[in-house]
Amino acid sequence: MTVMTYREALNLALREEMRRDPRVFVMGEEVGLYEGAYKVTQGMLKEFGPARVVDTPIAESGFTGVGIGAAMVGLRPVIEMMTFNFALLALDQIVNSAAKMCYMSGGQFNVPIVIRGPGGPAHQLAAQHSQSMEAYFYHVPGLKVVRPSTPMDAKGLLKAAIRDDNPVIFIESETLYSVKGEVPEDPDFTIPLGRAIVRREGSDVTVVAYMGMMYRVMEVAEELEKDGISVELVDPRTLQPMDTATILASVRKTHRAVVVEAGAGFAGMGSELTALITEQAFDDLDAPVERVTGASAPMPYARNLERAKTPSKERIIEAIRRVCGGDGSR
Amino acid sequence: MAQKGSAQKAASPGIDAGLARRLLAGMVLIRRFEEKSAEAYAMGKIGGFLHLYIGEEAVAVGATSVLRPDDYAISAYREHGHCLAKGSDPRRMMAELYGRRDGLSRGKGGSMHLFDKTTNFLGGHAIVGAHLPIAAGVGFAIKYRGTDQVIVCYFGDGAVPEGEFHESMNLAALWKLPVVWLCENNRYAMGTSLERALAQTEIWKFGETYGIPCEAVDGMDVLAVRDSVSRAVTRARADKTPTPIEARTYRFRGHSMRDPAGAVYRTKEEVEQEKQRDPILLFREKALAAGWLAEDDVRKIEKDANDLVDEAVAFADASPEPDLSELLTDIFKENGG
Repeated sequence: MTVMTYREALNLALREEMRRDPRVFVMGEEVGLYEGAYKVTQGMLKEFGPARVVDTPIAESGFTGVGIGAAMVGLRPVIEMMTFNFALLALDQIVNSAAKMCYMSGGQFNVPIVIRGPGGPAHQLAAQHSQSMEAYFYHVPGLKVVRPSTPMDAKGLLKAAIRDDNPVIFIESETLYSVKGEVPEDPDFTIPLGRAIVRREGSDVTVVAYMGMMYRVMEVAEELEKDGISVELVDPRTLQPMDTATILASVRKTHRAVVVEAGAGFAGMGSELTALITEQAFDDLDAPVERVTGASAPMPYARNLERAKTPSKERIIEAIRRVCGGDGSR
Repeated sequence: MAQKGSAQKAASPGIDAGLARRLLAGMVLIRRFEEKSAEAYAMGKIGGFLHLYIGEEAVAVGATSVLRPDDYAISAYREHGHCLAKGSDPRRMMAELYGRRDGLSRGKGGSMHLFDKTTNFLGGHAIVGAHLPIAAGVGFAIKYRGTDQVIVCYFGDGAVPEGEFHESMNLAALWKLPVVWLCENNRYAMGTSLERALAQTEIWKFGETYGIPCEAVDGMDVLAVRDSVSRAVTRARADKTPTPIEARTYRFRGHSMRDPAGAVYRTKEEVEQEKQRDPILLFREKALAAGWLAEDDVRKIEKDANDLVDEAVAFADASPEPDLSELLTDIFKENGG
């Protein structure tokens, strides 16, 4: 194990996969000469040259389509969205081309592409640069969607995504790039897509959360432990395919569930997981499933409003206390 | 560099009986296939949208006649002709139109999404403009691998106002990608005429904007298309130069079977006048006059095409519907590593 930042873990994953497989290349705005808007591709132009670390003009639909075409005939592109907000300009390519090519060609042409970059709430970037995007993508059959919360997950899941034969939407976070953590050095270390992880074992309530919300719930769990509430924290890591077995097993153990998500709640991940748990583990539940979601508002700029937009520790604690019967006793 | 405002005419060098037979047979096969498709649609055997290529056959056949089997082609939703020209089995194509098990995509794509990996035919894309960046990506892959293949990307005049047309022209020119951009200008994007859609109606001139060779060609003249695409392919193989070509053509039928006459937005007189320039009639006359083909050859070509399409229809009729398990297969490819 080596301690490194989330950013360094992504960089290492890209380098290892490019060394391993000459079909892998990186393409996007400012990935080469500028070394990445968030420096994820730092040093890569020097190691791999401009044929494999390809700077593009600002043409998201165009270069995403280029990646899809290259993938159809056997290359393995990693397309960087400088931020995932810009992926909306390529949404038709992602939804109508990448996601459906394998199906509408009867399996003749698959699209092994990774589209990666930062998304979700950031710091005072306001409405157009700070928003949760995953719901747009995990609704579409044919896309895999990854949200890696830790440096280890960033490395292991990105490598698995690059080796996957299908389109993978890989949404990082501006707020996590400097987070440090232990990362295996083994270049063959990967984390299979579709496997959740229990970040913290507990016995009273299952909380499902990922990315920044996962860290917030971890803090909450430590505080509640002092009050005698034992929180089990499940991080799905991959949102599509979802590891429903791990989530259901946890709920069957704790008999209570709270889903925390940064994005707006309507038809979000909380809705989906609440439906899943209610449909498949209703008899195991001792309380209704709670959702703690972001407000149904665009991201505001002002600091206090921005704080109010995403689930606070207080709101998460309240929800956990409610499902645990007020005082946390069973 | 050939840059001509008036559409290029064919010089027709090196035409022999074999080539003339191939060109005429290719066009007649498409014409019969499309006529039978229309019949099958009227009988309810083909559903959804069906866009016929009748009138535009010279473009697909002329272009494909200078390609190698390992070259790629990609198209929009009026792609039956391109797919047939690239060498797909008409039986499997018709079965796909019927939504049957033996279709190219086992019935999961339909008329607008024909794909054939065995002929390097990359689809069948039905969002206008979306396959242009994909074609640039195939060009990128060819260059990345260092082979001398090319890709021909067919699209209609309706794609030209789309942002993706301009993004793709720019990227192909900027990066020098071996793409032949073959615009089939049939003068109407559904019901919107060129003049109502484009500030610059000389589509070939957009190539000048991006600093690449470009030309207009008479899309009703199979030999002219062949010459034009041949020049573009030569450039693409030699040094990866992309070329936009505007093939001026006309669709004799409506936009789709739901617009059978195409009569609201164009006059009957215009359609009748354009039909005088039927690419099949023009080439047949030329081939007979030049002595490349005799009347007997022409009759045999027509009979063979009829037989092939009759077989295709019988094959599609006999093919079962897809197994219901197909609903949930091919959403993802199982990882092979």
